[in-house]
Amino acid sequence: MSETLIRLENVSKAYPGTEAPAVGNLTLDVHEGEVLVLVGPSGCGKSTTLRLINRLIEPTGGRIYLKGEDVTEIDPSILRRKIGYVIQQVGLFPHRTIAENIATVPKLLGWDKAETSQRVDEMLELVSMDPAIYRDRYPKELSGGQAQRVGVARALAADPDVLLMDEPFGAIDPITRDRLQNEFLRLQQDLKKTIVFVTHDIDEAIKMGNRIAILREGSEIAQIDTPEAILSDPADEFVENFLGSGAILKGLTLKKVRDIELHDIPALQMPVMRDEALKALESSPEKTAVLLDKDQKPLRWISEASLNRTTQPIEKSGKPITIDLQPEDTLQDALGVMLQSSVGMAVVVDRGGKYLGCCSIESLASMIISGSGGSQN
Amino acid sequence: MEFLTSWWLFASTRGGQIQIAVAEHTLYVTSVVGVATIFALLLAIATRSKQIAKELSLSISAVFLTIPSLALFTIFIPLVGLGFAPSFLALFLYSLLPILRNTITGLDGIDQSVLESAKGMGLTPRQVLFRVEIPLAWPVIVAGIRVSSMLVIGIAAIATLVAGGGLGDFIKSGLSRLPLPGSLEAIWTGTLLCVLLALVIDVSLQLLRRATISKGIR
Repeated sequence: MSETLIRLENVSKAYPGTEAPAVGNLTLDVHEGEVLVLVGPSGCGKSTTLRLINRLIEPTGGRIYLKGEDVTEIDPSILRRKIGYVIQQVGLFPHRTIAENIATVPKLLGWDKAETSQRVDEMLELVSMDPAIYRDRYPKELSGGQAQRVGVARALAADPDVLLMDEPFGAIDPITRDRLQNEFLRLQQDLKKTIVFVTHDIDEAIKMGNRIAILREGSEIAQIDTPEAILSDPADEFVENFLGSGAILKGLTLKKVRDIELHDIPALQMPVMRDEALKALESSPEKTAVLLDKDQKPLRWISEASLNRTTQPIEKSGKPITIDLQPEDTLQDALGVMLQSSVGMAVVVDRGGKYLGCCSIESLASMIISGSGGSQN
Repeated sequence: MEFLTSWWLFASTRGGQIQIAVAEHTLYVTSVVGVATIFALLLAIATRSKQIAKELSLSISAVFLTIPSLALFTIFIPLVGLGFAPSFLALFLYSLLPILRNTITGLDGIDQSVLESAKGMGLTPRQVLFRVEIPLAWPVIVAGIRVSSMLVIGIAAIATLVAGGGLGDFIKSGLSRLPLPGSLEAIWTGTLLCVLLALVIDVSLQLLRRATISKGIR
């Protein structure tokens, strides 16, 4: 295992006048370069725990170490400049331009102007926003999704090793949220930041986390492990309840299309004769073939029945293929596509759209039955 | 028509006097509103997280507005004598409420998430105040400054009663000589110049507002 970057040691936080502490005697290690997701029901103290790390809340007991250094001995403002912080409501400065917002921490750290401005453009490009368009705009001109992109860019601007994210995608519509999550995972592959991510959404936790800490009341760890391990072996009833009924389905978001064996069904490349097609179909156990255009892009599902039924040219028979999958898609996506498809299968193509093979519900089912094997990445 | 010509005769022969009165009146408005703005800002910041102190300071400054102006100008005479000082003090107390009220409202109205992220990024409390809170509350504060300025222009005419000068001089002298010739002309001169001064100051504050408020929150 890689090095521990953040260590919480017997940390507690009690508010005067309340009986149960918000955080009671929590010990937690965050490894360098991992995404650790704190997940739990609302009011379990997960946000409080996050805010203890950058001292927005002062602990009443215990020690917190960042790279072996006790954070309670560092000036809180100096400490926070070294830690990126992203919150659900984003909190961009409405009176500052996007560029000025992103430059906040570099400016506090005294970077020179040219360096800062170059960094701002870099950051905007990193979160897929065109600097020429957005640099001089104001936050009120952004959509919720764009605002959170800027929020992430702002948190990353001074290149902190640690990023704290408090339900960063919680207030964003589901479609944009999904896109932001995917983009963020792609970013993290290159950046390798140490991230503590708070959410109440177990699906998000499974998708984003290298490890997940499931917390109950008082920020007590019910289970901390990889998503795969938690899904296949929940520690107790609380965890089981929290995972909910669809644990197997949730596990599908962890696996990729490339993890399952592709089904080999006949592929017919245009131009193709009817007789040729019928012969190929006869030898196929599924009685189905994929029709490809001359660039090997899938066009239609062809079956014996559909060929016999009409006298239409072969490129008009069968059912059109409208959605395809790529090896990087999750098995959950694959399941959706298969269920929509008329033949219970989905075609898999490479980035260029070239046909690679098919995956079927059977192959998915056999993988689920064979247990928790599969890749971990 | 006849009155217009006699008024013109009155005003055009008293250029020097008018200049001095306008200058005195302007000095009242700028100095009073300037000092009141700084005082209100400091008071609002000092009482920011103390609910009781906040309410108390608002109530006290509201009480000042209910004291009859004639009385407020005169009660300071035993302490500071005649002239500019008692007038300044009275006007200062009158101008406090609009600015203080708006400063408190402006600071209270700032989105908590903006403050949270400012703190979270490592701005010190002082930096949060000057770079985030005051700029964001500024539009509301300026609105309060405008109200106070208008208020002070009107009430500053009372300063003449405690030998404080200003445009009230014309009004008072006119009033005391009514209905002798030139008395109405004097009253009108003082009144019109007050209105004119109010317009000029309001326009300048509007320009200040445009120049000092970020496009992002306009």
